[in-house]
Amino acid sequence: MVVWVEKDLCDGCRRCLKACPYGAIEIKDGKAHILDRCTLCGACLEVCRAKALRSDAKPKTIPDFSDHQGVWVFAEQRNGRLNRVSLELLGKAQELGQEMGQEVCAILAGNRISNLAQTLIRYGTDKVYLVQHKALTQYRTTAYADVVEELVKAYKPNILLLGASHLGRDLAPRISRRVGCGLTADCTELAIDSKEKILLQTRPAFGGNVMATIANRYSRPQMATVRPGVMAALSTPDKKGVIVRHAMRITETRIGVKVLETIRERKKGTDITEAKVIVAGGRGVGDAKGFKALRDLADLMGGEVAGTRVAVEEGWIPQENQVGQTGKSVRPEIYVACGVSGAIQHRAGMMNSRYIIAINKDPRAPIFQVADWGIVGDLHEIVPEMIRQLKSANR
Amino acid sequence: MDSIVLIKQVPDTTEVKLDPKTGNLIREGLKSIMNPDDAHALEAALVLKDRFGGKVTVVSMGPMQAIDVISEAIGMGADAGVLLTDRAFSGADTWATSFTLSMAIKKVGHFDLIFSGRQAIDGDTAQIGPQVADWLGIPQATYVFDIEAVHPKHITVKRRLEDGYERLQCRIPALITVIGEMNNPRFPRVERLLGACREKAPIQVWNAADIGVKAQQVGLEGSLTHVIRTFAPKFKREGKILEGSKETVVRELIQKLKDSEGATACKAFASTCEL
Repeated sequence: MVVWVEKDLCDGCRRCLKACPYGAIEIKDGKAHILDRCTLCGACLEVCRAKALRSDAKPKTIPDFSDHQGVWVFAEQRNGRLNRVSLELLGKAQELGQEMGQEVCAILAGNRISNLAQTLIRYGTDKVYLVQHKALTQYRTTAYADVVEELVKAYKPNILLLGASHLGRDLAPRISRRVGCGLTADCTELAIDSKEKILLQTRPAFGGNVMATIANRYSRPQMATVRPGVMAALSTPDKKGVIVRHAMRITETRIGVKVLETIRERKKGTDITEAKVIVAGGRGVGDAKGFKALRDLADLMGGEVAGTRVAVEEGWIPQENQVGQTGKSVRPEIYVACGVSGAIQHRAGMMNSRYIIAINKDPRAPIFQVADWGIVGDLHEIVPEMIRQLKSANR
Repeated sequence: MDSIVLIKQVPDTTEVKLDPKTGNLIREGLKSIMNPDDAHALEAALVLKDRFGGKVTVVSMGPMQAIDVISEAIGMGADAGVLLTDRAFSGADTWATSFTLSMAIKKVGHFDLIFSGRQAIDGDTAQIGPQVADWLGIPQATYVFDIEAVHPKHITVKRRLEDGYERLQCRIPALITVIGEMNNPRFPRVERLLGACREKAPIQVWNAADIGVKAQQVGLEGSLTHVIRTFAPKFKREGKILEGSKETVVRELIQKLKDSEGATACKAFASTCEL
């Protein structure tokens, strides 16, 4: 695209000079000249009375993407173990694929991991693209990005999903940049628009205070990462899928990164705003010792302990674990409020949780108004009972 | 050791208030701050500067008022700042933003390392760092919480994984995204802060023409993704009080949880969902 001046028409009125935000027009010999700085923004076109400024700009149109077919999932594995989120994505991919009449494919990359292909098929994959190479033994951004880039460019998928895990969030943006396709992060909902047949990607923004639905009309694949634990895996025990082995050359010098060591360690306690499960206590917990049982329950559920302002002021939990107006806003999948009355200041920080469980002695406590399920009773009896039953269910 | 640090001015989302009637975000009066992860990224760059010397340049894209975070960064110890501001830049998705930033970085010139926060609290995408690295064709290390060693040709870092961490040796130049665990950002010094607000402050303001991009490559026009609608998250609550003995109510509660979409989030159920 270019902007040019029809010299015969230009009367040197200088209006365009004032309109240009970039100082990219000069007047020489009574005529306007466009400089290299021009960004083609078009501001000058509107003000030119002589219609001497011209542009060949065309409105942006949506290209024909009918040659892009298939719902793809990047199957994340570390040390030969599949990440559960990949199976969850395959569950969603089956639904999306059915709706559009397109097949479900998985990318499986690594070294000596071909046995995982059958697992992917048992969870709904029609076709597994398998790339094995010594350089792929450990995850390294450039090497894996090269693999996905090559497959995507060769086989042209319509949709590409990755888990919003540390690995997925490291890899997906690089693929997006290389392939030249838009990417939506951390989606919690995916659907096909019934008219346009495009992927509607819904995600939380502003710390979960707003949900946004995003579309990717101008590029393919339509790419998204999805939060772990949001979609449900769907097993297909009798499924017959195919495995396509794709050979690739990978050079070590291009990767630029060496994994020196991988250390597994128990998490110390994470930021409560990132916790999927929160067990929160208020005045009703009574003392610091009372929080021990809450901690046990949280550990069992894979979550974190939090509390009200009172719990912080009493010194039962650290300030950084306070939920509410003067603390943090959280939106876990499960919020268990124990001995929390549910003052408006506290509710402001937790009412966007997906599921809320309230345990309180007082049946009139306002926390019950925002709860999905409530138990009127003493938390010192209910919480240990929950621990007991969860433990036995786990066995 | 010359560093470029990417910083963003964001609304303080921990202070967000919702309209009680509509459930919409109230944007008025929302305080603007330097994105927390970015402050940790800047601190990491300043620590390297303290040890090895070199220059720290901060780059930010945003409206004119985002110059405040650049002044703050200079107050903390950055040597220079660049604000990318232009109407053409507004409404950009991560694709267009990372392109704009990478073009500005090319104009800034020499660097050994680029630091950025893992993610910004208003968008939470964590995409800008890796996308900038890819535009520039350099390796990356994300979720970094420790720098072990720095050599002229490579850097050794620790990066956080879900179940531990990884020690990574990365070729220089590289892009590092930093998480809060890494350090405690220093406070700005008053005299530096005052210097950053003077006319001669080492802050440059660049527009689309200055970094040599076309208007339709950036901002909303240059974006590949578009927001179709926004809405307040709402959940229909069952609002059921469970009744009976403590064994019965807890059993019923656990069953309800297990049947709900929340089940996958709970570790206690995970072992029953087989791989």
